[in-house]
Amino acid sequence: MTEASQNAEIQVPVTVLTGYLGAGKTTLLNRILSENHGKRYAVVVNEFGEIGIDNDLIVESDEEIYEMNNGCVCCTVRGDLIRVVEGLMKRPGQFDGILVETTGLANPAPVAQTFFMDEDVRAKSRLDAVVTVADALNLLKRLDDAPEAEEQIAFADVVLLNKIDLVTAEQLAAVERRIREINPHATIHRTERSAVDLDKVLDRGAFDLERILSLDPEFLEADEHDHDHDHDHHHHDHDHDHDHDHHHHDHDHHHHHPRHDNAVFSISLKGGTLDPQKFFPWIQEVTQVEGPNILRLKGILAMDRDPDRYVLQGVHMIIEGTHQRPWRDDEKRESRLVFIGRKLNEEAIRKSFEACLVKAA
Amino acid sequence: MPSIQSFPLGAFVVAATFLGDRPVFALGDGKVGIVDGAAAETFGVHQGGLLAAARDEAGKRLVTSGDDGRVMAIDATGSLTALAERPKKWIDQLAVGPNGTIAFAGGREAVVLLEGGKERVLPHERTVAGLAFAPKGLRLAVARYNGVSLWWPGTDAKPTEFEWKGSHIGVTWSPDGRFVVTSMQENALHGWRTSDGGGHMRMSGYPGKVKTLSWSTRGRFLATSGAEMAVLWPFHFKEGPMGKQPLQLGLSAQSVVTQVACHPSEEVVAIGYKDGSIIAARFADGDEARLRKVEGGPISALAWDTAGIRLAFGTEDGTAGIVDLAG
Repeated sequence: MTEASQNAEIQVPVTVLTGYLGAGKTTLLNRILSENHGKRYAVVVNEFGEIGIDNDLIVESDEEIYEMNNGCVCCTVRGDLIRVVEGLMKRPGQFDGILVETTGLANPAPVAQTFFMDEDVRAKSRLDAVVTVADALNLLKRLDDAPEAEEQIAFADVVLLNKIDLVTAEQLAAVERRIREINPHATIHRTERSAVDLDKVLDRGAFDLERILSLDPEFLEADEHDHDHDHDHHHHDHDHDHDHDHHHHDHDHHHHHPRHDNAVFSISLKGGTLDPQKFFPWIQEVTQVEGPNILRLKGILAMDRDPDRYVLQGVHMIIEGTHQRPWRDDEKRESRLVFIGRKLNEEAIRKSFEACLVKAA
Repeated sequence: MPSIQSFPLGAFVVAATFLGDRPVFALGDGKVGIVDGAAAETFGVHQGGLLAAARDEAGKRLVTSGDDGRVMAIDATGSLTALAERPKKWIDQLAVGPNGTIAFAGGREAVVLLEGGKERVLPHERTVAGLAFAPKGLRLAVARYNGVSLWWPGTDAKPTEFEWKGSHIGVTWSPDGRFVVTSMQENALHGWRTSDGGGHMRMSGYPGKVKTLSWSTRGRFLATSGAEMAVLWPFHFKEGPMGKQPLQLGLSAQSVVTQVACHPSEEVVAIGYKDGSIIAARFADGDEARLRKVEGGPISALAWDTAGIRLAFGTEDGTAGIVDLAG
């Protein structure tokens, strides 16, 4: 684990824009580029194609997924992004933020990991938010047949649920429920033609992280129940059941959508203060062992005898922690940690997390 | 005592060099600053940012490239020549070879400008991350993902491929042409024997990425940044540096080396640090002379003049300057 850069260098916020093909990403991008919001964004696109604006801060870049030469398959970075950020840093002050558009078929992990793994990118920029544009009409289908679509939802801090004019209220509710199953902490905005106040998408900063603490605990418990439900389906014949299950449950409002073995889900943990002597070795081990299955992890943690809130973020095996700010007097000192991933053993993770809590004397 | 002359140029100094006896600084805001006597004048060269710069061997002009997709040349009087254009590409790799041959890249294609205005396009499967011409003959090394490609751009021949797993982000030839060495994303160097692609040399242990590589006089050592001291690998042995300890000069207790520049004729290296300081260190005994105190942003460019009397430097926060050893 590494402490986030503590020096006074200004870190440029980076927004990663993901979304499956046809979801409305380009429309959003064009809005960001053309609206008069008084900010300048450097934009990394995979194709100029439909970008209506031309300026020297827009760069077309081939997605280059590089494996680090350390034998770890989940340590991949976007090589092209490292070079683009390096280039941008030679003209600081000329832009307020960086927007990175990924291709519709991209898994967001490498782009997110780049902001943790590359020393230069880490020093000069910070991942502000992953914004995923989703198509309300087609998302459920995509989630079933495209793992990338699922990963894009899993990584999202903000989901733009687009094209809501094309679905009924029931369909919309079903889609939102499914998004919540994968990622209970993302902020969802319902939109038509990607029309959203840009301050809900850009420069989110720590705001989205706060949601982890502010979420209604009952909501989390309902979510936990859902995972038990999931286990029932583990031994079904995958290919055969797949379609039928979905079909069958589509109109069932009392049950969550059943998932295939490889489905993405989240585990929300909470407790009081943590013993750092136990917690840090534990989180190291969990991320080492379960790294390939962990898409994202986020937490706001209360460490024993530490006046500061400890904020933890991670992608796969990479975790980064930082002392965020002192706990306020009116805040309850508690720890919340969320894992989003596949095939995670929830019970084992929950039990071992709880073993790291400081027991009341 | 060395004297220092500084110029606040207001933009990230991408490269420092000398054209004739004039110190020249390539700046991240697209301009080039040329020092004449006590004043520095800046010339607008690129529409957007300037990403790379390389001087030709004769020291007559500085070639620059930028995110406006242009490759430009500027001489000591500030006169500009447009050399090539690739609209919408960020040209971030540049090399100048023997006889002033220029290679550039912005993406997966490397382009060599041949005599008579002909362009030879060298396609790669992955992004070109480093370019270097061999010291003799028209041969170009291209650093890329999983290795380096060696081209004879004057011919139609396919490249010779040297493979090593990982992302290679910079490349250099030893001055005798016997070795090709790359820097890697994973804070290490990798070297090959040019003759057969064998003799794999792995030079690791750096806490950070190696961003500058500088050969000492007669190519005896390869000086590198990326650690708390300058690390110099001995290349004067038949098989290169393998099994030998590198020289470690200018250890800093609280900073890291961002730039190194070997003196053109003496076994001395100028070392620039993240804290803005600069020293010169002698290979023989490690003796150090402080050339600039801790000040301002990280050193981002260092270059000696041909005589080895003046050292041009630049910082990330936009200060350029000249250290004159003659005082």
